[in-house]
Amino acid sequence: MCLAIPARIVELEKDNAVVDAMGNRWRAKTTLLPEAKLGDLVLIHAGFAISLVDEEEAKETWQLLAEIADFDETSDKISG
Amino acid sequence: MLERIYKAQTTMDTACKTLGRQINIMEVCGTHTVSIFRNGIRSTLPRQLKLLSGPGCPVCVTDQSYIDIVLQIADRDDCIIATYGDMIRVPGKGGSLEKNTKANVKIVLSSEDALQLAKDNPGKIVVFVAVGFETTAPATAVVVKEAAEQNIGNFCILSGHKLVVPAMRALVSEKNHNIDAFLCPGHVSVIIRYGAFTEIVEHFSRPCVVAGFEPMQIIEGLAEICRQLTAGKAELTSVYKAAVTEQGNTTAQKIMAECFEEADGYWRGLGKIEKSTLKLRDKYSQLDALTRFNITETPGEDTSGCRCGEVLCGLIEPPECGLFKNSCTTENPVGPCMVSSEGACAAWFKYGPER
Repeated sequence: MCLAIPARIVELEKDNAVVDAMGNRWRAKTTLLPEAKLGDLVLIHAGFAISLVDEEEAKETWQLLAEIADFDETSDKISG
Repeated sequence: MLERIYKAQTTMDTACKTLGRQINIMEVCGTHTVSIFRNGIRSTLPRQLKLLSGPGCPVCVTDQSYIDIVLQIADRDDCIIATYGDMIRVPGKGGSLEKNTKANVKIVLSSEDALQLAKDNPGKIVVFVAVGFETTAPATAVVVKEAAEQNIGNFCILSGHKLVVPAMRALVSEKNHNIDAFLCPGHVSVIIRYGAFTEIVEHFSRPCVVAGFEPMQIIEGLAEICRQLTAGKAELTSVYKAAVTEQGNTTAQKIMAECFEEADGYWRGLGKIEKSTLKLRDKYSQLDALTRFNITETPGEDTSGCRCGEVLCGLIEPPECGLFKNSCTTENPVGPCMVSSEGACAAWFKYGPER
Protein backbone atom coordinates (compact mmCIF):
# COMPACT_ATOMS: atom_id res chain seq x y z
CA MET A 1 0.00 0.00 0.00
CA CYS A 2 2.90 2.33 0.58
CA LEU A 3 4.27 1.61 -2.86
CA ALA A 4 4.58 4.75 -4.92
CA ILE A 5 5.03 4.57 -8.67
CA PRO A 6 7.20 6.93 -10.71
CA ALA A 7 5.37 8.60 -13.57
CA ARG A 8 5.81 11.58 -15.87
CA ILE A 9 3.40 14.51 -15.81
CA VAL A 10 2.08 14.75 -19.38
CA GLU A 11 -0.81 17.13 -18.74
CA LEU A 12 -1.23 19.67 -15.97
CA GLU A 13 -3.97 22.14 -15.17
CA LYS A 14 -3.80 23.71 -11.71
CA ASP A 15 -3.29 20.64 -9.49
CA ASN A 16 -4.96 18.20 -11.87
CA ALA A 17 -2.45 16.11 -13.77
CA VAL A 18 -2.40 13.24 -16.20
CA VAL A 19 0.63 11.06 -15.61
CA ASP A 20 2.29 8.37 -17.69
CA ALA A 21 4.27 5.32 -16.61
CA MET A 22 5.36 2.81 -19.21
CA GLY A 23 2.55 3.92 -21.52
CA ASN A 24 -0.14 3.66 -18.86
CA ARG A 25 -1.88 6.96 -18.22
CA TRP A 26 -4.03 8.00 -15.32
CA ARG A 27 -5.20 11.10 -13.45
CA ALA A 28 -3.35 12.33 -10.38
CA LYS A 29 -3.25 15.40 -8.16
CA THR A 30 -0.22 17.60 -7.53
CA THR A 31 -1.73 19.31 -4.46
CA LEU A 32 0.98 17.84 -2.22
CA LEU A 33 3.77 18.79 -4.61
CA PRO A 34 3.02 22.35 -5.75
CA GLU A 35 6.46 22.71 -7.37
CA ALA A 36 5.69 19.93 -9.89
CA LYS A 37 5.78 21.07 -13.51
CA LEU A 38 4.70 19.63 -16.84
CA GLY A 39 7.24 17.02 -17.92
CA ASP A 40 8.52 16.31 -14.38
CA LEU A 41 9.01 12.77 -13.14
CA VAL A 42 7.18 12.29 -9.86
CA LEU A 43 6.34 9.51 -7.41
CA ILE A 44 2.59 8.87 -7.35
CA HIS A 45 1.00 7.37 -4.27
CA ALA A 46 -2.76 6.77 -3.92
CA GLY A 47 -3.50 9.27 -6.67
CA PHE A 48 -1.19 12.03 -5.40
CA ALA A 49 2.29 13.12 -6.47
CA ILE A 50 4.43 13.06 -3.32
CA SER A 51 7.95 13.74 -4.55
CA LEU A 52 10.13 14.50 -7.55
CA VAL A 53 12.25 11.60 -8.68
CA ASP A 54 15.21 11.31 -11.06
CA GLU A 55 15.25 9.52 -14.39
CA GLU A 56 17.55 6.72 -13.26
CA GLU A 57 15.42 5.89 -10.22
CA ALA A 58 12.25 5.91 -12.32
CA LYS A 59 13.77 3.58 -14.91
CA GLU A 60 14.95 1.14 -12.23
CA THR A 61 11.45 1.02 -10.73
CA TRP A 62 9.72 0.62 -14.08
CA GLN A 63 12.07 -2.21 -14.96
CA LEU A 64 11.31 -3.89 -11.65
CA LEU A 65 7.56 -3.46 -12.10
CA ALA A 66 7.80 -4.99 -15.58
CA GLU A 67 9.74 -7.94 -14.14
CA ILE A 68 7.14 -8.41 -11.40
CA ALA A 69 4.36 -8.35 -14.00
CA ASP A 70 6.23 -10.98 -16.05
CA PHE A 71 6.89 -13.03 -12.94
CA ASP A 72 3.26 -12.90 -11.83
CA GLU A 73 2.10 -13.90 -15.28
CA THR A 74 4.52 -16.84 -15.37
CA SER A 75 3.69 -17.81 -11.81
CA ASP A 76 -0.05 -17.73 -12.61
CA LYS A 77 0.55 -19.90 -15.66
CA ILE A 78 2.54 -22.41 -13.64
CA SER A 79 0.12 -22.55 -10.72
CA GLY A 80 -2.96 -22.19 -12.89
CA MET B 1 25.96 -5.38 -9.96
CA LEU B 2 27.52 -8.72 -8.95
CA GLU B 3 30.40 -6.90 -7.35
CA ARG B 4 27.98 -4.85 -5.24
CA ILE B 5 26.12 -7.97 -4.16
CA TYR B 6 29.39 -9.73 -3.28
CA LYS B 7 30.54 -6.73 -1.25
CA ALA B 8 27.22 -6.61 0.63
CA GLN B 9 27.36 -10.33 1.38
CA THR B 10 30.89 -10.02 2.75
CA THR B 11 29.74 -7.22 5.07
CA MET B 12 26.84 -9.37 6.31
CA ASP B 13 29.10 -12.40 6.86
CA THR B 14 31.52 -10.26 8.84
CA ALA B 15 28.72 -9.02 11.11
CA CYS B 16 27.50 -12.56 11.80
CA LYS B 17 31.04 -13.73 12.65
CA THR B 18 31.82 -10.68 14.79
CA LEU B 19 28.59 -10.84 16.80
CA GLY B 20 28.62 -14.63 16.98
CA ARG B 21 24.84 -14.82 17.39
CA GLN B 22 21.64 -14.48 15.41
CA ILE B 23 21.05 -10.99 14.04
CA ASN B 24 17.41 -9.89 13.84
CA ILE B 25 16.59 -7.13 11.38
CA MET B 26 13.02 -5.95 11.04
CA GLU B 27 11.80 -4.66 7.71
CA VAL B 28 9.07 -2.26 8.77
CA CYS B 29 7.39 -1.80 5.41
CA GLY B 30 5.01 -4.25 3.75
CA THR B 31 6.37 -3.30 0.35
CA HIS B 32 9.82 -4.38 1.55
CA THR B 33 8.38 -7.71 2.72
CA VAL B 34 6.90 -8.41 -0.70
CA SER B 35 10.06 -7.38 -2.55
CA ILE B 36 12.21 -9.53 -0.25
CA PHE B 37 10.09 -12.62 -0.92
CA ARG B 38 9.56 -11.99 -4.63
CA ASN B 39 13.25 -11.56 -5.24
CA GLY B 40 14.32 -14.49 -3.09
CA ILE B 41 16.51 -12.24 -0.95
CA ARG B 42 16.14 -14.35 2.22
CA SER B 43 17.82 -17.34 0.64
CA THR B 44 20.92 -15.26 -0.22
CA LEU B 45 21.50 -14.10 3.36
CA PRO B 46 23.82 -15.71 5.92
CA ARG B 47 21.97 -18.26 8.05
CA GLN B 48 22.47 -16.23 11.20
CA LEU B 49 20.80 -13.17 9.71
CA LYS B 50 17.09 -13.27 10.28
CA LEU B 51 14.55 -10.91 8.74
CA LEU B 52 11.40 -10.11 10.69
CA SER B 53 8.38 -8.64 8.89
CA GLY B 54 7.13 -5.72 10.95
CA PRO B 55 3.91 -3.76 11.36
CA GLY B 56 4.27 -1.82 8.12
CA CYS B 57 1.20 -2.95 6.25
CA PRO B 58 -1.74 -0.64 7.03
CA VAL B 59 -4.30 -3.39 6.47
CA CYS B 60 -2.48 -5.79 8.81
CA VAL B 61 -2.25 -3.39 11.74
CA THR B 62 -5.84 -2.18 11.56
CA ASP B 63 -7.55 -3.29 14.74
CA GLN B 64 -10.57 -5.55 14.55
CA SER B 65 -12.67 -2.91 16.32
CA TYR B 66 -12.09 -0.52 13.39
CA ILE B 67 -13.35 -3.12 10.92
CA ASP B 68 -16.37 -3.71 13.14
CA ILE B 69 -17.18 0.02 13.06
CA VAL B 70 -16.90 0.03 9.26
CA LEU B 71 -19.29 -2.94 9.12
CA GLN B 72 -21.66 -1.21 11.53
CA ILE B 73 -21.80 1.86 9.28
CA ALA B 74 -22.07 -0.34 6.19
CA ASP B 75 -25.33 -1.71 7.55
CA ARG B 76 -26.98 1.69 7.22
CA ASP B 77 -29.16 2.24 4.18
CA ASP B 78 -28.15 5.89 3.86
CA CYS B 79 -24.39 5.28 3.49
CA ILE B 80 -21.90 4.34 0.82
CA ILE B 81 -18.57 2.98 2.04
CA ALA B 82 -15.63 4.15 -0.08
CA THR B 83 -12.52 2.10 0.54
CA TYR B 84 -9.12 1.16 -0.88
CA GLY B 85 -9.43 -2.35 -2.31
CA ASP B 86 -7.13 -3.97 0.27
CA MET B 87 -9.65 -3.50 3.06
CA ILE B 88 -12.72 -5.29 1.73
CA ARG B 89 -11.62 -8.80 2.69
CA VAL B 90 -10.38 -8.02 6.20
CA PRO B 91 -12.60 -9.87 8.66
CA GLY B 92 -14.09 -8.23 11.72
CA LYS B 93 -16.31 -10.03 14.23
CA GLY B 94 -19.30 -9.78 11.93
CA GLY B 95 -17.69 -10.80 8.64
CA SER B 96 -16.03 -8.58 6.04
CA LEU B 97 -17.19 -5.85 3.66
CA GLU B 98 -16.87 -8.32 0.81
CA LYS B 99 -19.17 -10.84 2.48
CA ASN B 100 -21.68 -8.27 3.69
CA THR B 101 -24.07 -8.39 0.76
CA LYS B 102 -26.24 -5.61 2.11
CA ALA B 103 -23.39 -3.15 2.28
CA ASN B 104 -23.05 -0.52 -0.40
CA VAL B 105 -19.29 -0.61 -0.97
CA LYS B 106 -17.29 1.17 -3.64
CA ILE B 107 -13.58 0.60 -4.17
CA VAL B 108 -11.62 3.79 -4.78
CA LEU B 109 -8.04 4.33 -5.89
CA SER B 110 -7.64 7.68 -4.17
CA SER B 111 -9.27 9.89 -1.57
CA GLU B 112 -10.28 12.24 -4.41
CA ASP B 113 -12.39 9.46 -5.92
CA ALA B 114 -14.18 9.09 -2.57
CA LEU B 115 -14.99 12.79 -2.43
CA GLN B 116 -16.18 12.69 -6.05
CA LEU B 117 -18.45 9.81 -5.11
CA ALA B 118 -20.07 12.06 -2.49
CA LYS B 119 -20.55 14.82 -5.07
CA ASP B 120 -22.13 12.33 -7.47
CA ASN B 121 -24.46 10.85 -4.82
CA PRO B 122 -26.00 13.77 -2.93
CA GLY B 123 -28.71 11.53 -1.45
CA LYS B 124 -26.19 9.30 0.37
CA ILE B 125 -23.50 9.84 2.99
CA VAL B 126 -20.14 8.69 1.64
CA VAL B 127 -17.86 7.35 4.37
CA PHE B 128 -14.22 7.09 3.35
CA VAL B 129 -12.31 4.26 5.06
CA ALA B 130 -9.14 6.28 5.61
CA VAL B 131 -6.31 3.89 6.42
CA GLY B 132 -2.60 4.04 5.82
CA PHE B 133 0.56 5.56 7.21
CA GLU B 134 2.07 8.96 6.54
CA THR B 135 2.20 8.22 2.81
CA THR B 136 -1.60 8.12 2.60
CA ALA B 137 -2.71 10.46 5.39
CA PRO B 138 -1.83 13.69 3.49
CA ALA B 139 -4.09 12.58 0.62
CA THR B 140 -6.94 12.22 3.11
CA ALA B 141 -6.14 15.64 4.57
CA VAL B 142 -6.42 17.21 1.11
CA VAL B 143 -10.00 16.00 0.65
CA VAL B 144 -10.97 16.83 4.22
CA LYS B 145 -9.98 20.44 3.57
CA GLU B 146 -11.67 20.39 0.18
CA ALA B 147 -14.93 19.00 1.61
CA ALA B 148 -14.92 21.60 4.39
CA GLU B 149 -14.20 24.48 1.99
CA GLN B 150 -16.85 23.36 -0.48
CA ASN B 151 -19.40 22.56 2.24
CA ILE B 152 -19.91 19.01 1.07
CA GLY B 153 -22.23 17.78 3.80
CA ASN B 154 -22.59 14.16 2.73
CA PHE B 155 -18.94 13.20 3.08
CA CYS B 156 -17.03 12.01 6.13
CA ILE B 157 -14.01 9.90 6.96
CA LEU B 158 -13.29 7.15 9.46
CA SER B 159 -9.66 7.81 10.31
CA GLY B 160 -7.58 4.71 10.83
CA HIS B 161 -4.37 6.53 9.90
CA LYS B 162 -1.30 5.46 11.80
CA LEU B 163 2.21 6.72 12.44
CA VAL B 164 5.25 4.54 11.83
CA VAL B 165 7.71 5.80 14.44
CA PRO B 166 5.48 5.28 17.55
CA ALA B 167 5.01 1.64 16.49
CA MET B 168 8.77 1.15 16.17
CA ARG B 169 9.18 2.73 19.60
CA ALA B 170 6.57 0.36 21.10
CA LEU B 171 8.33 -2.62 19.52
CA VAL B 172 11.82 -1.94 20.83
CA SER B 173 10.74 -0.59 24.21
CA GLU B 174 8.38 -3.40 25.19
CA LYS B 175 7.11 -5.83 22.55
CA ASN B 176 10.27 -7.38 21.17
CA HIS B 177 13.67 -6.63 22.65
CA ASN B 178 15.39 -8.94 20.18
CA ILE B 179 15.14 -6.55 17.25
CA ASP B 180 18.69 -5.43 16.48
CA ALA B 181 17.92 -2.91 13.74
CA PHE B 182 15.29 -1.56 11.38
CA LEU B 183 15.17 -1.37 7.61
CA CYS B 184 12.98 1.73 7.34
CA PRO B 185 10.27 2.41 4.76
CA GLY B 186 11.38 4.51 1.80
CA HIS B 187 8.12 6.06 0.71
CA VAL B 188 6.98 7.00 4.23
CA SER B 189 10.35 8.72 4.62
CA VAL B 190 9.70 10.72 1.45
CA ILE B 191 6.91 12.42 3.43
CA ILE B 192 8.16 12.51 7.02
CA ARG B 193 11.90 13.03 6.17
CA TYR B 194 14.37 10.42 7.22
CA GLY B 195 15.40 12.33 10.31
CA ALA B 196 12.10 11.20 11.84
CA PHE B 197 13.81 7.95 12.87
CA THR B 198 16.49 9.75 14.93
CA GLU B 199 14.72 8.90 18.19
CA ILE B 200 14.94 5.15 17.55
CA VAL B 201 18.66 5.47 16.87
CA GLU B 202 19.48 7.79 19.77
CA HIS B 203 17.20 6.50 22.55
CA PHE B 204 17.16 2.83 21.70
CA SER B 205 20.54 2.42 19.96
CA ARG B 206 19.07 0.56 17.00
CA PRO B 207 20.52 1.24 13.56
CA CYS B 208 17.87 2.62 11.18
CA VAL B 209 18.54 2.48 7.45
CA VAL B 210 16.06 3.88 4.95
CA ALA B 211 15.82 1.92 1.70
CA GLY B 212 13.67 1.89 -1.41
CA PHE B 213 12.15 -1.38 -2.52
CA GLU B 214 14.45 -2.40 -5.38
CA PRO B 215 16.31 -5.59 -4.46
CA MET B 216 19.74 -3.96 -4.69
CA GLN B 217 18.66 -1.21 -2.29
CA ILE B 218 17.31 -3.75 0.18
CA ILE B 219 20.53 -5.78 0.03
CA GLU B 220 22.71 -2.69 0.43
CA GLY B 221 20.44 -1.43 3.23
CA LEU B 222 20.89 -4.72 5.09
CA ALA B 223 24.64 -4.55 4.51
CA GLU B 224 24.74 -1.00 5.89
CA ILE B 225 22.94 -2.24 9.03
CA CYS B 226 25.48 -5.06 9.33
CA ARG B 227 28.37 -2.63 8.95
CA GLN B 228 27.01 -0.62 11.89
CA LEU B 229 26.38 -3.70 14.03
CA THR B 230 29.95 -4.93 13.41
CA ALA B 231 31.29 -1.54 14.47
CA GLY B 232 28.99 -1.51 17.52
CA LYS B 233 27.32 1.65 16.29
CA ALA B 234 23.73 2.77 15.73
CA GLU B 235 23.32 5.39 13.04
CA LEU B 236 20.64 6.79 10.82
CA THR B 237 21.47 6.45 7.15
CA SER B 238 19.64 6.26 3.86
CA VAL B 239 20.49 4.22 0.81
CA TYR B 240 17.43 5.71 -0.89
CA LYS B 241 18.82 9.10 -1.77
CA ALA B 242 16.83 9.59 -4.98
CA ALA B 243 13.55 10.59 -3.33
CA VAL B 244 14.16 10.98 0.41
CA THR B 245 15.28 14.45 1.40
CA GLU B 246 16.41 16.08 4.61
CA GLN B 247 13.13 18.04 4.93
CA GLY B 248 10.72 15.46 3.53
CA ASN B 249 7.59 16.76 1.82
CA THR B 250 6.83 19.88 3.85
CA THR B 251 3.54 20.59 2.02
CA ALA B 252 2.29 17.14 3.01
CA GLN B 253 3.54 17.56 6.58
CA LYS B 254 1.75 20.92 6.89
CA ILE B 255 -1.61 19.76 5.56
CA MET B 256 -1.46 16.65 7.74
CA ALA B 257 -0.79 18.78 10.83
CA GLU B 258 -3.56 21.18 9.90
CA CYS B 259 -6.23 18.47 9.66
CA PHE B 260 -5.08 15.85 12.13
CA GLU B 261 -3.77 15.64 15.67
CA GLU B 262 -1.93 12.72 17.22
CA ALA B 263 -4.04 10.47 19.42
CA ASP B 264 -3.58 7.23 21.36
CA GLY B 265 -4.86 4.35 19.32
CA TYR B 266 -5.17 0.62 18.91
CA TRP B 267 -3.03 -1.55 16.66
CA ARG B 268 -3.65 -5.16 15.88
CA GLY B 269 -1.14 -7.16 17.83
CA LEU B 270 0.55 -4.19 19.42
CA GLY B 271 -2.45 -3.02 21.44
CA LYS B 272 -2.79 0.60 22.54
CA ILE B 273 0.11 2.85 21.54
CA GLU B 274 0.45 6.42 22.75
CA LYS B 275 0.12 9.14 20.14
CA SER B 276 0.31 6.65 17.31
CA THR B 277 -2.82 7.44 15.31
CA LEU B 278 -4.22 10.48 13.55
CA LYS B 279 -7.56 11.92 14.63
CA LEU B 280 -9.33 14.79 12.87
CA ARG B 281 -8.94 18.10 14.64
CA ASP B 282 -12.06 19.55 16.31
CA LYS B 283 -12.59 22.11 13.56
CA TYR B 284 -13.18 19.22 11.16
CA SER B 285 -15.34 17.16 13.53
CA GLN B 286 -18.33 17.39 11.16
CA LEU B 287 -16.27 15.28 8.77
CA ASP B 288 -15.46 12.65 11.41
CA ALA B 289 -17.60 9.52 10.98
CA LEU B 290 -17.21 8.68 14.70
CA THR B 291 -18.79 12.02 15.66
CA ARG B 292 -21.38 11.95 12.90
CA PHE B 293 -22.71 8.51 13.83
CA ASN B 294 -21.95 8.86 17.56
CA ILE B 295 -19.73 5.77 17.70
CA THR B 296 -17.11 4.96 20.34
CA GLU B 297 -14.28 2.62 19.49
CA THR B 298 -14.10 -0.29 21.93
CA PRO B 299 -11.26 -2.69 21.27
CA GLY B 300 -12.28 -6.31 21.47
CA GLU B 301 -10.50 -9.60 21.88
CA ASP B 302 -9.75 -11.55 18.75
CA THR B 303 -10.99 -15.03 19.52
CA SER B 304 -10.30 -16.65 16.16
CA GLY B 305 -6.96 -18.12 17.25
CA CYS B 306 -5.25 -15.88 14.70
CA ARG B 307 -1.67 -14.99 15.70
CA CYS B 308 -1.18 -12.06 13.31
CA GLY B 309 -0.33 -9.87 16.30
CA GLU B 310 2.72 -11.97 17.19
CA VAL B 311 3.73 -12.11 13.53
CA LEU B 312 3.60 -8.30 13.32
CA CYS B 313 5.88 -7.98 16.35
CA GLY B 314 8.39 -10.38 14.83
CA LEU B 315 7.81 -12.84 17.70
CA ILE B 316 6.76 -15.77 15.52
CA GLU B 317 6.94 -16.64 11.85
CA PRO B 318 3.66 -17.35 10.02
CA PRO B 319 4.08 -21.17 9.88
CA GLU B 320 4.18 -21.19 13.69
CA CYS B 321 0.51 -20.16 13.74
CA GLY B 322 -1.81 -23.17 13.88
CA LEU B 323 -4.20 -21.64 11.37
CA PHE B 324 -1.53 -21.01 8.70
CA LYS B 325 -2.26 -23.05 5.55
CA ASN B 326 -4.92 -24.96 7.51
CA SER B 327 -8.00 -22.80 8.00
CA CYS B 328 -6.17 -19.62 6.92
CA THR B 329 -5.21 -19.34 3.25
CA THR B 330 -5.07 -16.53 0.70
CA GLU B 331 -8.40 -17.82 -0.66
CA ASN B 332 -10.02 -17.86 2.77
CA PRO B 333 -8.01 -15.62 5.06
CA VAL B 334 -8.69 -15.51 8.79
CA GLY B 335 -6.26 -12.75 9.70
CA PRO B 336 -5.22 -9.49 8.04
CA CYS B 337 -1.63 -10.61 7.38
CA MET B 338 -3.08 -13.23 5.05
CA VAL B 339 -5.65 -10.86 3.51
CA SER B 340 -3.23 -8.17 2.44
CA SER B 341 -0.93 -8.83 -0.48
CA GLU B 342 1.72 -7.05 1.59
CA GLY B 343 1.13 -9.16 4.69
CA ALA B 344 3.82 -11.49 6.01
CA CYS B 345 1.47 -14.51 6.04
CA ALA B 346 0.42 -13.95 2.42
CA ALA B 347 4.08 -13.61 1.39
CA TRP B 348 5.01 -16.86 3.17
CA PHE B 349 1.97 -18.57 1.70
CA LYS B 350 2.71 -17.44 -1.85
CA TYR B 351 6.50 -17.56 -1.97
CA GLY B 352 7.57 -19.67 1.04
CA PRO B 353 8.95 -21.74 2.50
CA GLU B 354 12.11 -19.74 2.65
CA ARG B 355 14.55 -19.34 5.41
